[in-house]
Amino acid sequence: MSAGQLPRWVDYGLIPFVNLAAAFLVSGLVVVLIGENPLEAVRILIWGSLGYGEGIGFTLFYATNFIFTGLAVAVAFHAGLFNIGGEGQAYIGGLGVTFACLALDHIVPWYVTLPFAIIGSALMGAAWAFIPAWLQATRGSHVVITTIMFNFIASSLMVYLLNSALKKPGSMQPETRTFEAGGRLPFLNDVFPSFGFGYAPVNLSLFVALAACVLIWLLIWRTKLGFEIRSFGANATAAVYAGISPVRTIVITMLISGGLAGMMAINEIMGSQHRLLIDFVAGYGFVGIAVALMGRAHPVGIVLAAILFGMLYQGGAELSFEMPNITRDMIIVIQGLVILFAGALEHMFRPAITALFMPSQAHAAEEA
Amino acid sequence: MNETPAIELRGINKSFGPVHANKDIDLVVKKGSIHGIIGENGAGKSTLMSILYGFYHADDGDILVNGKKVTIADSKAAIGMGIGMVHQHFMLVDNFSVLENIVLGAEDSAMLAGGLDRARIELKRLEEEYELRVDPDALIQDLPVGLQQRVEILKALYRSAEVLILDEPTGVLTPPEADHLFKILEVLKNEGKTILLITHKLREIMAATDSVSVMRRGEMVATRETRNTSMEELAELMVGRSVLLRVDKKPAVAAEPVMQVENLSVTDQRGVQVVKDVSFSVRAGEIVGIAGVSGNGQSELLETLAGIRRATGGTLRINGETIDLGTSTLDAADMRAKSMGHVPEDRHRMGLINSFAEYENSILGYHRDPAYSSGLLMNIAAIKENAVAEIEKYDIRPPNPMLKTASFSGGNQQKIVLAREIERDPDVLLVGQPTRGVDIGAIEFIHSRLVELRDAGKGILLVSVELDEIRALADRILVMFDGRIVGERGANADEGELGLLMAGVEDQAKMSVEGSAR
Repeated sequence: MSAGQLPRWVDYGLIPFVNLAAAFLVSGLVVVLIGENPLEAVRILIWGSLGYGEGIGFTLFYATNFIFTGLAVAVAFHAGLFNIGGEGQAYIGGLGVTFACLALDHIVPWYVTLPFAIIGSALMGAAWAFIPAWLQATRGSHVVITTIMFNFIASSLMVYLLNSALKKPGSMQPETRTFEAGGRLPFLNDVFPSFGFGYAPVNLSLFVALAACVLIWLLIWRTKLGFEIRSFGANATAAVYAGISPVRTIVITMLISGGLAGMMAINEIMGSQHRLLIDFVAGYGFVGIAVALMGRAHPVGIVLAAILFGMLYQGGAELSFEMPNITRDMIIVIQGLVILFAGALEHMFRPAITALFMPSQAHAAEEA
Repeated sequence: MNETPAIELRGINKSFGPVHANKDIDLVVKKGSIHGIIGENGAGKSTLMSILYGFYHADDGDILVNGKKVTIADSKAAIGMGIGMVHQHFMLVDNFSVLENIVLGAEDSAMLAGGLDRARIELKRLEEEYELRVDPDALIQDLPVGLQQRVEILKALYRSAEVLILDEPTGVLTPPEADHLFKILEVLKNEGKTILLITHKLREIMAATDSVSVMRRGEMVATRETRNTSMEELAELMVGRSVLLRVDKKPAVAAEPVMQVENLSVTDQRGVQVVKDVSFSVRAGEIVGIAGVSGNGQSELLETLAGIRRATGGTLRINGETIDLGTSTLDAADMRAKSMGHVPEDRHRMGLINSFAEYENSILGYHRDPAYSSGLLMNIAAIKENAVAEIEKYDIRPPNPMLKTASFSGGNQQKIVLAREIERDPDVLLVGQPTRGVDIGAIEFIHSRLVELRDAGKGILLVSVELDEIRALADRILVMFDGRIVGERGANADEGELGLLMAGVEDQAKMSVEGSAR
């Protein structure tokens, strides 16, 4: 059932904030347990992620990844599908970017390559989501199971390709050759030197991500397809009654979702690494699930959640540098706690907060 | 006689935010009686019973059980005081046996075996004492709803309930099952149990209760001895004004058939043939009613015609176009395009998306209509404008297209569906259970809308398990039994005769017709 009509600021603001506060409280306890000052840790974390230009640059760079993978999960959510294959779809999406860049980087400037890279990554990501989608739509094989299996297949496939056809001749590294200028997106530091992003790899794909947010918002809330996706996700029986084809809806939604996940590779491959390499997705696909949950599957929420996770990634790196007791593994524990409270335990505080704001909701639902 | 009442409520008040669900309720329920509580949806019946059963706490007021003032903290406390409840939607575990369900929550010890044996003996005793026979080892999922309900009653008795609350117990039952339930209640009463029967069906109150209390908009407006009152009086008390139980309509002026169904057969997911070689037609300007006990193929028939379900064979002729239903791949959208509207039987499961705003539901199924698009995007302004017009025309309350559909009452939700389907001006309208769970005021409105549509020269196929509704609305009545149409009667068909047809006693019905003809 729906959560009723909570004021928007409660649904999109207060509840995520309370979840986050709980996550930080528990994280604080962990920090205390290992003998560090939690307030000092918070200060380092915030300063490291937002305190200076380069830190902000890194935060935004990570956030770009999370926006893509978060949107991917969110679109599928709206159709009631749980796409946890963002990791594999992003990985395969890397092939699309790489093909575009390898083919064009020495002929045309980056802004000609970029559209091809976008189309390539989206096509490859979508293709990787297609088989699980088709199996779900026609055979009822659950996408949770199939997409996660496809993550493993993607991983092995990429290791194989990067050790054979795609490997730079004469190199021992499982990676392609480095792209020429035509296959590199400008860093924001070069475009806006006054912000002082320094060596942070944040690049123009941030704007691609923001554009994707706008387009996805339009798609979900302003188009017939979005209406059908939401109808199907909210009540599949009513969707069939309305003449909405489940097979078509599932397949199209998963293609869009996979495409968005694939586009994450633009940021990593064309924006930062400038070559295709092993394991470049590094868990961003999975974190996208938490981002989508925390952002309530709404593009604005996803941008905010993506920035938060970007802060955790960047600030966490600073923290492990400043406080040797807090190792990289500890940072992962803290990130895990945020995912736990924002994602898995999302409904822990919701009933109490709902009761606080909508005392009659439970009653109204019952009488109806 | 001055016996202590089993239950007494004094000045119960309960508010949910701005909604005053129970206002100064007083209620006295005599020991060993069947006491009915009747009221429209949203009158506050369920809230009152939830207070008595410990789900909610009254804002103020007293509850007296056997003359003693008590506080009922939760349902466990209620059970402790001998109050049992049979919910509208059963609280049973489908793949557990009857015995396991009865013991569930009252196992006595960590190990099941001993408790189960003791329970079996106790259950046997209860079965004999109250004539409530049911196989203790049968799985719930294999039992018909009537027997499942019996298990719920046994569950309460097993927990030594003295007062039994039944919330809309006949909503899911076929008429014979309902009759049987009332017999059981009579036995329970004779054994000294007190029964509170919550319903919105007047007929049941008249048939089963000793006294009846009427609720309206959160208030207890009257209590009567059942033998001293009438359906008309109770109906008037419920809505606060006289209602026409009969629909005011002129004889049909039927023209050419707009829909003809021939040799339609449908097989369900389990592979059981549920619609068997059915043929009939609906003419422009008439309402054809399909009567029958629920589960005799009416639902499948309706869904197949609407394009939701596939047929194994048969043809459909609509507006002169012939469709082979056995091979057709037309879905609900295609059928709508052929000017076939559909008000589904179950608005919650099928007709509406409860989490959507009202205006979004007002175009569900018609969202591809170019009128609601501008270019690639949907024209939200046009959609809302249309929703507002429908809200006004159908008196949907509250009149707010942005409100979540789940927040509307049953009657208003049904009006949303009806407005959506009728306002698209279909040539044929399929209607399933148009007034299920709808209060009397809305029933009247819905019926007159359907008659209006008929008078505008449209064909209507009406499926309802409420025989009164079929008799009030239909110009021709088809009776379905076991997937077949077993009889066709005129609008003035005799109720008893229809009842026999619905029960599958075809020959006797024929005989009674011949008998009356002679």
